[in-house]
Amino acid sequence: MLIAENVHKWYGKFQVLRGVSLTVSPGEVVVIMGPSGSGKSTFIRTFNALEDYQQGRIIIDGTELSADLRNIDTIRQEVGMVFQQFNLFPHLTVLQNVTLAPTYVRKWSKAKAEEVALQLLERVGILEQAQKFPGQLSGGQQQRVAIARALAMQPKIMLFDEPTSALDPEMVREVLDVMRSLAESGMTMIVVTHEVGFAREVADRIILMDEGLLVESASPIEFFQHPKEERTRKFLSQIL
Amino acid sequence: MNAKSKTPIAWLQRNLFNTWYNSLWTIVCFALLSWIAYGVGNWAFNKAQWEVVTSNLPLFFVGRYPADQVWRLWLVLVIVVGTIATGILNRKRRFLFILIPVCVLSILWLIGGGFFLTTVGTNLWNGLLLTLLAASISIVLAFPIGILLALGRQSSLPILRGFCTIYVELVRGLPLIGILFMAQVMLPLVLPSQIQLDRVVRAIAGLVLFNAAYLAENVRGGLQSIPRGQVEAAKALGLNTSLSLLLIVLPQALRTSIPAIVGQFISLFKDTSLLSLFALVELTGITRSILAQPEYLGRYAEVYLFIGLIYWVFCYTMSQVSRKLERKSI
Ligand SMILES: Nc1ncnc2c1ncn2[C@@H]1O[C@H](COP(=O)(O)OP(=O)(O)OP(=O)(O)O)[C@@H](O)[C@H]1O
Ligand SMILES: [Mg+2]
Repeated sequence: MLIAENVHKWYGKFQVLRGVSLTVSPGEVVVIMGPSGSGKSTFIRTFNALEDYQQGRIIIDGTELSADLRNIDTIRQEVGMVFQQFNLFPHLTVLQNVTLAPTYVRKWSKAKAEEVALQLLERVGILEQAQKFPGQLSGGQQQRVAIARALAMQPKIMLFDEPTSALDPEMVREVLDVMRSLAESGMTMIVVTHEVGFAREVADRIILMDEGLLVESASPIEFFQHPKEERTRKFLSQIL
Repeated sequence: MNAKSKTPIAWLQRNLFNTWYNSLWTIVCFALLSWIAYGVGNWAFNKAQWEVVTSNLPLFFVGRYPADQVWRLWLVLVIVVGTIATGILNRKRRFLFILIPVCVLSILWLIGGGFFLTTVGTNLWNGLLLTLLAASISIVLAFPIGILLALGRQSSLPILRGFCTIYVELVRGLPLIGILFMAQVMLPLVLPSQIQLDRVVRAIAGLVLFNAAYLAENVRGGLQSIPRGQVEAAKALGLNTSLSLLLIVLPQALRTSIPAIVGQFISLFKDTSLLSLFALVELTGITRSILAQPEYLGRYAEVYLFIGLIYWVFCYTMSQVSRKLERKSI
């Protein structure tokens, strides 16, 4: 479903990604952990071309990412993304936020887009808020709208960049619950998070990144109980 | 207000006479205000001779526009009010894209004539009519040009960005009167000689060139206030650059810059008075010719007060509309 091979990226002289490779198969849920500044966000943002990279290859669902704009736009339609800061469109209602991309990019009729949108909003539990503006919702509700908005494009992969880090503790669960049920429904997901409970329970595989390198890749049980790398042990001792 | 201020006397005591020096201030200010009000009122009702205004009303409004053709202007007024009303009442705004250009064209046809109507030369478009025409056409043209300039300044193409930056900085460093002068004198020199631009058109060109630069800066301010995450979210959903600009960035940027943009429209409206220096007889120009009528020599105060009121009514309306628009966007 997703293959990243030996991805290198520099910001000027500073090297953020130093040759990271990752293969994700359909339906797999991969959690990426790692200390701040290790390049997690940069890495997953290369998958939908929000960041460019100087070396390596990324292939998504059989299509290789290239600098060609049309290629980028097609790939972005297949890759949904949820941001730490929600990034909902404040001038549009919740419903319009969700129907926007399907109507203008997928060219669905208004009726079809709204039908799908309402189903998704029900699935994330905010059907009653459909006519409100994002500013009138709590952080947890906004993030659930953001998930529905990404799902409305019917992507093949969903990327989550610390989706719960900007939330008050009591709202973290409602968002994680939505993500858990999404994982159960068979969605391919790549999630950057510090939520150990979620990683343990939902992830098929956990990856540790540090200083632009992929340090360890293991199943949750191995990752938390028998980490192979010294670096992983040190990281776990800091967060557990 | 809290419970204490229920009765008027208590309110007066609390807000105007709560200390001895505030009482003193209240009395001094009250005396000063009464004195001014008496002076103005006395002048307006006893000394001023408003005949210069009342007997010249048609001149103020339409100037020398042929009296037997004035029905056309009434029709224009009906069209304008009708369009605005449908715009406000109708939820579906999409059809306005067709309605507005049709209106503009029919208005210009009605005023200027040709095609079955008697032609009325632009030298006969005077007074408030010309002020409103010049201002509204300039606003309608300068606004999109300003947006394009602002977007150009953000562009990743160095030539486009450089051109827009130089244009904006150049124009903002010149006085409007100079630009109007250049538009009158230099445009005909630059353009091929077959093209004869009307005086009014040249004046409008000057106003547009000048105001577009200022509007570009206002819009740029709005563009910069949009967080980067908005564009990233739009991209991540597969929206291409123009869609994300049209659907996400511009609506938000324009909303935040409404006060500045309308402020610029208001200046533009008042700046049309400078056209009177180029033999265009708009509201200020017609005032000067009315003041030259032998029977009303020296009635400056009445006449300038009157046109001041007219300018104020339109500017105040614009600023009220702007406040409505701001409030509508949560
Ligand atoms: N635009 C940029 N220019 C220069 N350096 C950058 C830029 N963006 C990120 N970096 C650097 O790249 C490194 C990796 O950043 P990244 O955001 O990917 O880290 P992260 O693992 O997501 O960290 P966090 O957990 O804090 O989100 C950091 O050291 C950061 O300072
Ligand atoms: Mg990050």
